Amino acid sequence: MQKLAVTSSPHLRAKASTRSIMLDVCIALIPAGVAGCYWFGLRAALLIALCVGTCVASEWLYQVITKQKVTVGDFSAVVTGLLLAYNLPANAPWWIAVIGSFLAIVLVKQIFGGLGCNFMNPTLAARAILFISWGTIMASYPVASGNFVADAATGATALATINGGSVGNVTILNQFIGNCGGVLGETCKAAILLGGIYLLLRGVISWHIPVSFIATAFICYLIKDGAEIALLQVLSGGMLLGAFFMATDYVTSPVTNAGKIIFGIGCGFFLFVIRAFASYPEGCSFAILFMNVVAPLIDKLCAPKAFGEVKKHG
Amino acid sequence: MFQKRLFPGGIHPHKGVNGKAVTGVKPIVDAPAPARVVIPMGQHIGAPAKPVVKKGDLVKVGQLIGEANGFVSANVHASVSGKVAAVQNCVLANGMESVAVVIDNDFQDEWVELTPAEKPEHLNGEQLVEIVRNAGIVGMGGAGFPTAVKLKVDTAKSAPDYLIINGSECEPYLTADHRLMVENPDKIIDGIRIVMLALNIKEAIIGVENNKPDAIEALRAAATENIKVMALPVRYPEGGEKQLVYATTRRKVPTGGLPLAVGCVVVNVGTIFAIDEAVRLGKPLVSRITSVGGLVNEPGNYRVRIGATVEQLLDACGGLQDGAVKLLSGGPMMGAAISRTDIPVTKATSGIIALGKEAVEPEESPCIRCGRCMRACPMNLAPAKIDAAMRMDNYEAAEKVGAMNCIECGCCTFVCPAKRSLTQSCRTAKKVINTRRKQAAAKKEG
Repeated sequence: MQKLAVTSSPHLRAKASTRSIMLDVCIALIPAGVAGCYWFGLRAALLIALCVGTCVASEWLYQVITKQKVTVGDFSAVVTGLLLAYNLPANAPWWIAVIGSFLAIVLVKQIFGGLGCNFMNPTLAARAILFISWGTIMASYPVASGNFVADAATGATALATINGGSVGNVTILNQFIGNCGGVLGETCKAAILLGGIYLLLRGVISWHIPVSFIATAFICYLIKDGAEIALLQVLSGGMLLGAFFMATDYVTSPVTNAGKIIFGIGCGFFLFVIRAFASYPEGCSFAILFMNVVAPLIDKLCAPKAFGEVKKHG
Repeated sequence: MFQKRLFPGGIHPHKGVNGKAVTGVKPIVDAPAPARVVIPMGQHIGAPAKPVVKKGDLVKVGQLIGEANGFVSANVHASVSGKVAAVQNCVLANGMESVAVVIDNDFQDEWVELTPAEKPEHLNGEQLVEIVRNAGIVGMGGAGFPTAVKLKVDTAKSAPDYLIINGSECEPYLTADHRLMVENPDKIIDGIRIVMLALNIKEAIIGVENNKPDAIEALRAAATENIKVMALPVRYPEGGEKQLVYATTRRKVPTGGLPLAVGCVVVNVGTIFAIDEAVRLGKPLVSRITSVGGLVNEPGNYRVRIGATVEQLLDACGGLQDGAVKLLSGGPMMGAAISRTDIPVTKATSGIIALGKEAVEPEESPCIRCGRCMRACPMNLAPAKIDAAMRMDNYEAAEKVGAMNCIECGCCTFVCPAKRSLTQSCRTAKKVINTRRKQAAAKKEG
């Protein structure tokens, strides 16, 4: 008879693995990437490839040098690379992509212990460093031209216009389909929503963070500037990309549903505060980063009660 | 997808591995009587029984061979007639050793004289507990807790509100309870009535997962007044005691407490059947229904003599198929993997399941804090936190985050995308914390 294996129960496992989850996120990010290439030309594709390649290579190199198990096969570095590329202006120089990817993987993720141990979202932390170090490059946004060709001109983003409280020439349709200035993966809200819905249906993310995030920001603007601006604010800048793809990062957000809602509300509120009152026109990255840091506290606050812990009869 | 949940957490382990479909339709058959049985004295939770026969003694079927040794213990009876070949140690499914009485079967099947209860409908609580205790009945769902202890309720003080019968059989592959309910609904209902009358319980609820419509129908047809058959949504671990109490009565058993604290007595269908046989026929517990499933040539539900070895049972089922890499005593979620087949079937062996490469332990990777284990935990715990504490040998921290409430159902390990053995960490935590508590108590005394 064959040799029998002995392990502890349970003896069956669900199919979902870290790799399958990360692959789902990659799939969900495809529409936004394609839209980025469509509006900003094939240079966007080059940046995406460069970021993904550098992220994977840095992770591999770091793990080989430090004699750790190589885990690039889990696709988490690919997700980081995709998201970082989506957070760059399409006309950014190649070395920005390379430096950003290296910082995200090595400085933010691996040095803190690798997957599951980083306390900030690698993509957003790297973006923040790039933003502070090379502000002009990171804040000059090309104009969307469409048909997979690039436009050499750069212009103001919708946020710069509507943050003042007037609609100007910004239209809801253009914001929705991505015919507006911005970083390459954030402009087409239709594509982001498509990916977000895919993640929700696949059970990779839950509704708690995106909904509380967007609703909070919307309500804040509704009170300040009225419904039209509030809607345009939701459809401008990186709010949707952040709410669906970055605030929902497992590692840097709370695990309980109540915690997720608090986290989302915090993100939405600080986004509003930064966009409305601070010197940066865009507040999404910093709002999420700030909430990343307080996520462990939220988790502590929302620790679940064991079933039956409150004595109750009937 | 949006099916109403009757308890927190839970999972669907049946996807793609529906072993129940195979054996659920197979009638119970008698496994051939083995030439030799190895009957362990420690088949239950609590102190092992004390052997009362010695080598060379002649025994009859149903004869007491091991006497309950203390309050939480259970009698053990001969399952064949013949000669005691030895009283020696044997290995159990959980890897522990136990003294066992080995009997060579003379194939005469000569029973001891049985004394059925005179007025089954007029038993009082004490008399019922006495019968159950004498018959050596233990929880047959898998835990093996002595039933007499469970039924010992002070009815004069306060009668329980509900008798809850666990017919959910939520583990994949297992169909022993299912077949018992389909084939013997009258005896189950009769057993329930006997317990209700003796313990002065006014209402009984039989909880059955709705993937067993034939069992639900059979029980409903047989049910008498005040016995309700409740079809429960399929969700593991529906049959967990606390989960079942909540699903059927909406009462939450307090942490660290027993169902009796909220007026419920929970008994498995197999156990109720054994109680009925003990009361009506005077029969002690000498056999049980065991599902044999997975990669065996003739899967089915067998009436097995207690003490028959797994090997004998597998032989009766045509042996293992190629590709079987794991053999389980019990279901795939909570059962124990066994490395040898000379292990005896005990009162708590609900199934013998052979699994293929899907049951090979996958390689673990770092926790990504996805929270799936928390959402799956039917006790609302944070298994990943307990696991993290245990990896640092921080038992205090593990206890603080509720490790002692773990019911070891396996949901967290099942769902973990990083393939971490979270349940095992919780199990270890419970063991160590319990040992430490005992040591601390002993220190205090001495």
